[in-house]
Amino acid sequence: MKRVSIDPITRLEGHGKIDIFLDEQGNVANAYLQIPELRGFERFCVGRPVEEMPNLTSRICGVCPEAHHMAASKALDALFHVDPPDTAKKLRELFYSIFFATDHTTHFYALGGPDFVVGPEAPKAERNILGVVQKVGLEIGGKVIKMRHVGHHLIQMMGGRRVHPNWGLPGGISHGITEEQRKEIEAAGREAIEFAKFSLQLFDKLVLQNSEYVDLVTGDVYVHKTYSMGMVDGNNHVNFYDGMIRVVGPDGSEHAKYHPADYREYIAERVEPWSYLKFPYLKKVGWKGFVDGPESGIYRATPLSRLNAADGMATPLAQKEYQRFYEVLGGKPVHHTLATHWARLIELLFATERWVELASDPKITGRDFRVLPKEKPTEGVGCVEAPRGTLTHHYATDERGLVVKANLIVGTTNNNAPICMSVQRAAQKLIRNGELREGLLNKVEMAFRAYDPCFGCATHSLPGQMPLEVRIRDPLGNLLHRLRQNID
Amino acid sequence: MIAQNKGKLAVYWAASCGGCEIAILAIDEKILDVSKHFDIVFWPCATDGKVRDVEKMADGSIDVCLFNGGIRTSEQEYMARLLRRKSKVLVAFGSCASEGCIPGLANLSNRKEIFHTVYHETPSTENPKGVEPQHVTDVPEGKLYLPVFYDTLFTLDQVVDVDYYLPGCPPEAERIWDAITAILENKLPPKGAVIGANTTVCDECPRKRTEKKIRKFYRTWEIIPDEETCLLEQGLVCAGVATRAGCGAKCPKVNSPCIGCYGVNDGVVDFGARLMSALASVIDSDAPEEIDRIIREGIPDPAGTFYRFSLAHSLLRRKKKVPDEE
Ligand code: SF4
Ligand code: SF4
Ligand code: SF4
Ligand SMILES: [Fe+2]
Ligand code: NI
Repeated sequence: MKRVSIDPITRLEGHGKIDIFLDEQGNVANAYLQIPELRGFERFCVGRPVEEMPNLTSRICGVCPEAHHMAASKALDALFHVDPPDTAKKLRELFYSIFFATDHTTHFYALGGPDFVVGPEAPKAERNILGVVQKVGLEIGGKVIKMRHVGHHLIQMMGGRRVHPNWGLPGGISHGITEEQRKEIEAAGREAIEFAKFSLQLFDKLVLQNSEYVDLVTGDVYVHKTYSMGMVDGNNHVNFYDGMIRVVGPDGSEHAKYHPADYREYIAERVEPWSYLKFPYLKKVGWKGFVDGPESGIYRATPLSRLNAADGMATPLAQKEYQRFYEVLGGKPVHHTLATHWARLIELLFATERWVELASDPKITGRDFRVLPKEKPTEGVGCVEAPRGTLTHHYATDERGLVVKANLIVGTTNNNAPICMSVQRAAQKLIRNGELREGLLNKVEMAFRAYDPCFGCATHSLPGQMPLEVRIRDPLGNLLHRLRQNID
Repeated sequence: MIAQNKGKLAVYWAASCGGCEIAILAIDEKILDVSKHFDIVFWPCATDGKVRDVEKMADGSIDVCLFNGGIRTSEQEYMARLLRRKSKVLVAFGSCASEGCIPGLANLSNRKEIFHTVYHETPSTENPKGVEPQHVTDVPEGKLYLPVFYDTLFTLDQVVDVDYYLPGCPPEAERIWDAITAILENKLPPKGAVIGANTTVCDECPRKRTEKKIRKFYRTWEIIPDEETCLLEQGLVCAGVATRAGCGAKCPKVNSPCIGCYGVNDGVVDFGARLMSALASVIDSDAPEEIDRIIREGIPDPAGTFYRFSLAHSLLRRKKKVPDEE
């Protein structure tokens, strides 16, 4: 058996490793994505006062701390049996929309987008934010930096800090906003909508008008017919902050729609001896191995699956884009992994529209942003959509509110199995008879990056920066080929 | 700033959440100033990161290395030793590298307990065969390897010699810039120092203080504090009294108690002991048993409250040493 080992970040960060095995004919027999990291939050949260969870769990990730902070705050609402006042819910969702818009901007322009904007075949040195700026112009580069800067500024203004906010409480939040701040947030939101519209036009011009890219997106290297998961509001429209979890099958029909508190009936996590990260799957369908199709419980929770799992978007501009998305790609559901980038931009537009909608609500400056819980803490589940997938926090406490049990199903973890499959498929399509085709590394990396994976969050590295190594050995272990980037 | 030969700068992340890297990027356009004065020779998150290039550099040829994240694997330990050797000035950047931070709370349990919870106990885990991740796994196609994890999370200075510390989880952008300026202008404090103010968060906090006479500590969900009075005076455990200044009292400004992410002031060995005595001093009682009772009742998790950020580096160190650790 020949082994191709694509070793992202082994030496550098130790957060991910891909092994691809070839059979005797030199075709891909199997591929494994290993996550060699574990920090044990579910263990050391036990014994801590439960109100600390928004602050403790945000340290899981400094790139998306807002998602953990928010899921934890919602779990506290449930655990203390307290319903936050409307003003609190609106402020939380506003904060969360600003975060989503900022995070999706980063991903499109700095992380995943460069593959498209400057092109998958472009030299590595150009596949980064600087390459994007060079291609689309300095003015746009400035817009991106400004968008991120404003987003971080508003997040700090509301939640106290730019990274690791200290704001969420059972029954609401610690601090509201003034009318002056509201005006500032609203004005920034209006500019953010323009930025999102502009980003979609850019995608249209650069990708959709380019038949080569369209072929890449719709070709068979990056397809997986899995189940799709996402949070929906009362109209089955996409929502990031609150709602029911809806799962649709590979054919688009509804498989389940459940309250986050019932997640254990629907999601199970499998342990494999070769990875520290578990593999969630749909419990009622069951684990059938790393395969797609209706018989396999593997699901995806990404911007693309959120669009698939919903019936539409709750805001007018995003809804138009949603319709166009499915018209262009041939109807629902879409299974082309690379279409996730486009879906992410539609979500960006939705987040900015929601941002303005909430910031224009005069009631949002109300002082009723917090109520005290009256009941004893027991057990609670909190769910939000993180940019990288459905995020579930579940805690149980003793009478004094000390955690006795914590369970976390993190955004990226949902996609652990699908990422493995995407990597395997890309390798299968690109490695034939022991021959490595040009561009394998780029293209495997693209399969991986579409998910914007966040394993201990250190894989938020820039495109072309991920150290990858491919080794092909003959059955005696002699090295036949070696392809590498960023290692030597 | 004096124009001189460009210095060489390295930035590295070990067991980091990535927030420290975001904090560096958040110095925004000043990053251009940094690149005016420094060649960035190694920064895996933002630019090229080639370990082999670092290995080839002469010892001491990197002028400044900002190292964030704790040490949990042999690989991270290797990088810490390598960058120590290659750098003139090694800075423990942020709370994880300096004192262990929240991930250091993992030292309250050991690897076995963590495995048990994560792979067996958690309610969504379906693991009837009792599988656990292994160092070596035989799969039909061959063998797969996972690194073995240390039983303990170490701070940077528990592994190598550290020249300076930059506190905060993460350090505030303005303080990062202050530190870089101090380096550029060669105005560094003596080796081993924390680069930062030696006052407390209270000194930067705009809240009104009168007299702190507390009969009871409250959990954050038990009261709604007013927005002007000192939170500690209102009975909330605000760590600002024991925490180094530098953030501008960000958390109290949004009506949340400081949780202590900037660590201790100079000369204080143990954050927990410092905070405990600060709390005792605001209790309206002279009877030691009563003070003790008020603290015990108000603070049901002393380890997690007093050593929230500093457990890995504190006198407590860890629950127990495990002899079979790698
Ligand atoms: S100090 Fe805080 S921000 Fe920095 S890596 Fe550690 S947890 Fe993340
Ligand atoms: S104890 Fe807290 S609230 Fe009171 S002055 Fe100090 S930092 Fe401010
Ligand atoms: S107030 Fe305390 S916890 Fe908040 S940022 Fe400042 S030092 Fe850190
Ligand atoms: Fe989990
Ligand atoms: Ni993350």
